[in-house]
Amino acid sequence: MTFRRLLSLALRESRFSRRRLFLFLSAISLGVAALVAVQGFASTMQREVREQARAMLGADMQLSSREPFGPRSSELLAEFAAQGIAIARVTSFTSMARHTGGGATRFVQVRAVEPGFPFYGTIETSPPGRWEALHDGRNAIVDPALLVALDAEIGDTISIGEAELTIIGTLERLPGDIEIASSFAPRVFMPAAYLDETGLLGFGSRGEYDAFLKVDDLELAELIDDRYRPVWRAERVRSRTLREQQEQMDEVLGSLGRYLGLVGVFALLLGGIGVASAMSAYMSRKVDGIAVLRCIGATSGQVFAIYLLQAAVMGLAGAAFGVALGAAAQWLLPQMLTGLLPVDVPVRVDVPAAAGGLLVGMWAALAFALLPLLDVRRVSPLSALRRRVEPLPRGPRDLVRTGAWAALIASVLLLIVYQAQSVGVGLAMAAGIGATLLVLWLAARIAARSLRAAPRGALPYTARQGIANLYRPGNQTVTVVLALGFGAFLIATLILTQANILRPLAVNTETRFNLILLDVQADQVEPVERILARRGIDVLESVPLVSMRVAAVKGEPVRPVNVTLDSPEDGRETERGRGDGPRGWAVRREYRSTFRNVLSDSERLVAGKWWGNGAAGEGAPLAGAAADPKAAPYEVSLEQEIAEELGVGVGDRIDWDVQGVIVPTVVTSIRAVDWARLEPNFFAVFEPAALEAAPQMWVLLAHGEDADARALAQRDVVAEHSNISAIDLTLVQAALDEVIGRVSVVIRFLAGFSVATGFVVLLGAVATGRLQRIRESVLLKTLGATRRQIGAILLAEYAALGLLAAIVGAGLSLAAAWALARYLFDVPFAAEPVTLVALAAGVAALSAVIGLSGSREVFRSTPMEALREE
Amino acid sequence: MLIARGLEKTYRSGERTLTVLRNVDLDIEEGDFVAILGPSGSGKTTLLGLLAGLDSPTRGSVRIAGTDLTPLSEDERARFRRATVGFVFQSFQLMPSLTARENVQVPLELRGDGDVARRAAELLRRVGLGDRLDHYPAQLSGGEQQRVALARAFVNEPKILFADEPTGNLDAGTGEAIIALLEELNRERGTTLVLVTHDPHLAGRARRTIRLADGAIVSDTAAAA
Repeated sequence: MTFRRLLSLALRESRFSRRRLFLFLSAISLGVAALVAVQGFASTMQREVREQARAMLGADMQLSSREPFGPRSSELLAEFAAQGIAIARVTSFTSMARHTGGGATRFVQVRAVEPGFPFYGTIETSPPGRWEALHDGRNAIVDPALLVALDAEIGDTISIGEAELTIIGTLERLPGDIEIASSFAPRVFMPAAYLDETGLLGFGSRGEYDAFLKVDDLELAELIDDRYRPVWRAERVRSRTLREQQEQMDEVLGSLGRYLGLVGVFALLLGGIGVASAMSAYMSRKVDGIAVLRCIGATSGQVFAIYLLQAAVMGLAGAAFGVALGAAAQWLLPQMLTGLLPVDVPVRVDVPAAAGGLLVGMWAALAFALLPLLDVRRVSPLSALRRRVEPLPRGPRDLVRTGAWAALIASVLLLIVYQAQSVGVGLAMAAGIGATLLVLWLAARIAARSLRAAPRGALPYTARQGIANLYRPGNQTVTVVLALGFGAFLIATLILTQANILRPLAVNTETRFNLILLDVQADQVEPVERILARRGIDVLESVPLVSMRVAAVKGEPVRPVNVTLDSPEDGRETERGRGDGPRGWAVRREYRSTFRNVLSDSERLVAGKWWGNGAAGEGAPLAGAAADPKAAPYEVSLEQEIAEELGVGVGDRIDWDVQGVIVPTVVTSIRAVDWARLEPNFFAVFEPAALEAAPQMWVLLAHGEDADARALAQRDVVAEHSNISAIDLTLVQAALDEVIGRVSVVIRFLAGFSVATGFVVLLGAVATGRLQRIRESVLLKTLGATRRQIGAILLAEYAALGLLAAIVGAGLSLAAAWALARYLFDVPFAAEPVTLVALAAGVAALSAVIGLSGSREVFRSTPMEALREE
Repeated sequence: MLIARGLEKTYRSGERTLTVLRNVDLDIEEGDFVAILGPSGSGKTTLLGLLAGLDSPTRGSVRIAGTDLTPLSEDERARFRRATVGFVFQSFQLMPSLTARENVQVPLELRGDGDVARRAAELLRRVGLGDRLDHYPAQLSGGEQQRVALARAFVNEPKILFADEPTGNLDAGTGEAIIALLEELNRERGTTLVLVTHDPHLAGRARRTIRLADGAIVSDTAAAA
């Protein structure tokens, strides 16, 4: 028989079942769609970022530091400039912008830039071309959001600290900008020439110092970077070249694509399981036809080929449908992520992604349909004459079947490894996916079994019959519970995790304060408190901050990073690299510590003794400190993890370098701190006597019910004390909600593909069971059932199915969300029972609707068919 | 017990109309055992469907136990069936997802009766399946399945029982046992029995035989008892 003839026979044979076959195989469509959408989106964005990388960085190389560049770095920069390398410095810090006209204030990010920045790419302004005029005078270009917040217009004057600037335009487009960042704090660009006039960058302020270099030659930039990195590192300056920036972005986007693509792989595998289940149910109903074909001389190979061709054609159609759906979804993704992307992502059909989707879809359809199709070979021609013929025995070693299993497993592994772009990661992911599916499958089986065994005598007959229907021979209950349950699992885990992450940040409910005042100098604390009180704002807590570094641990001085230009120290280490000893990061970081006599609500003692309540404290030096009479040690309490990092315990000595003065301490207690609480928490808390005389900045935590009162209070404070910044937490919260909301919409959108796959699998199961179901309800009608009773049975059946799936999914999501909260996000876990119950009800209702809508014929059939069918 | 008058059934098939039954009048006495015989295509099954109220006639009327079925809606006929009528099919027609006992319970359950489990078990014991109450249809032989179907047909104590080729899917010996059981139950409970078959031997067991050909009754004879 030629291929043409086989194909035409296959197509003819499928005449009455094409729609159903397509339905079974379209279970893979949604997985294909998710893969194509994610892959297409990620690679389009990768291409865009690669093309725009230079404009995004604005230079060939960037140096940055948390403090003004040290002497060696400054010298080097001067040398570069002398050799003709263009350099532009940008100093960024947060502060309050105050509208000199109206007096309104807003917390902003100030960027004081030198002429020339950016060297590449253009900053678009409104009105156009204002960027070039920035350096013409005391000018500012600001985010449009600032104008709204201050009720200001272009041409108005704002003050930043002591400097007054005229707003000459607003920012329209900033290359590589994540737009939504401006909703936390709008940006103000100003000429660096007037930076000193602000009077803000004195001691204790948090600035970020950048130098942008225009080298023109990428290789030269790499060379400079390699050669001088040790110098910069020694002065805590980070360097980044254009190439590093490109590689980093590429890597981030690549892994984003890979991990989001996993959602697609999951949906595809679920769809595949659905295909296998539906095909097996479908083939068992084709036995008569197959037996007849065998009787009239078809070989088992030919019969197999006929059905395989049907699956291939319908799989191709399903995959093509998925690709089209994916292209549409790819178009939606950038719109959902507006403001979160550093580049504009053009809508473009990504041909490799589409072709890949088509191939993967075809593969999934065939690989999963293959196993049930192999049973075709075992249909005996005798079945055409007599019912109830045992299928031909399965050979002791059915090599084809073993091969099909091996091919299936190998190709799934291959797909996941390809998606992960790494054998190790891929195999680990495959193991994870396999374990998840196994757990889900076990849970589905256990749930299905226990529902069957559950006593339901008290239920009305229709409900009992509906539940019993889930266990009819050849049922696909476990498959549907698995597929639907996975969707419910994914959605529930996302919802729970999002709620768990956001809860500790919820202003007004969990935190006592909603207004934070930063950079308050010691002598400003009292006047500021008075100003706040006038506006009805209560200061709940005033916390002093003292910056310091570790000078010595247990008497052993911290080794300064000692490099010369010739020392081949690994220049590639990151800033936080722990290469210089096991305690590197903890030893070298800057500490902002506080002093007080009481423990806060968010901490508890796990070792040692607190000096508290003035008894042992009050600065009385410990008796044991006599060894060094010049510097009697004070008491300090460490947070338990940092104590571990530093390798110290109660009784150990630490010397601190508090801005040039050495303060000796002995650790007298260790605290456990609940970092998830939005409270000022500290690694090191000192007894007051140790730091009272040290230079300090205060943070005031305040609470005011009325938003207008808070705004007015900020205005009053900044008018008198321009160095103080005020952060209204409700605004931060709103911005955070916005960001997390948008990201979670996208993730839920992708998870939606799995949920939808679950419902397609359900529809497939409804379709395979259609004939039998019609037969059963016809019989029930003959025995006297009304249509209402038939409807109630169907309703009970599908609602029970959905509920079973929702219980399995929601139950497992509790475990997953708990693990994520505990081990990944380190936040307290709460189960959100109302949400879960609502979700379960939703899944049950939706599956009831889908089940019933797929069963219209069941209602329409008349009892006469019970006789006719004989 | 059963009175049919001027029954006619036509089907439209495109332009053509096909008359399957024409002008059938029939009276069946309470407690009688009637066999309807005829070659395939003679309208046997259509007649059975009309008599049992599974379908409504194009013309004519059917009264069972004083109730006129013709004006009733489909759901009203369903309620009537579960109160008055029993059925046995050629291919048993058991619900595969229910055990033997649960299958027998169905007509009672649909009515909302109480004490269903005991009554179902009792009838299953009566048909000799007392030890197979909790078996699923797939675990039973053909004869056993048909006995379950018999128990189901009798469980709601119907006034009239329709059987469509009840032995058609069974071997001779098993079929014989089923018929014997049917006759016993017919005698015991006084149930009117209407049997459709093309098996003359089976028809010979009935007290009255009606022959159908081409949609009309061609003979109606009482057995020489």
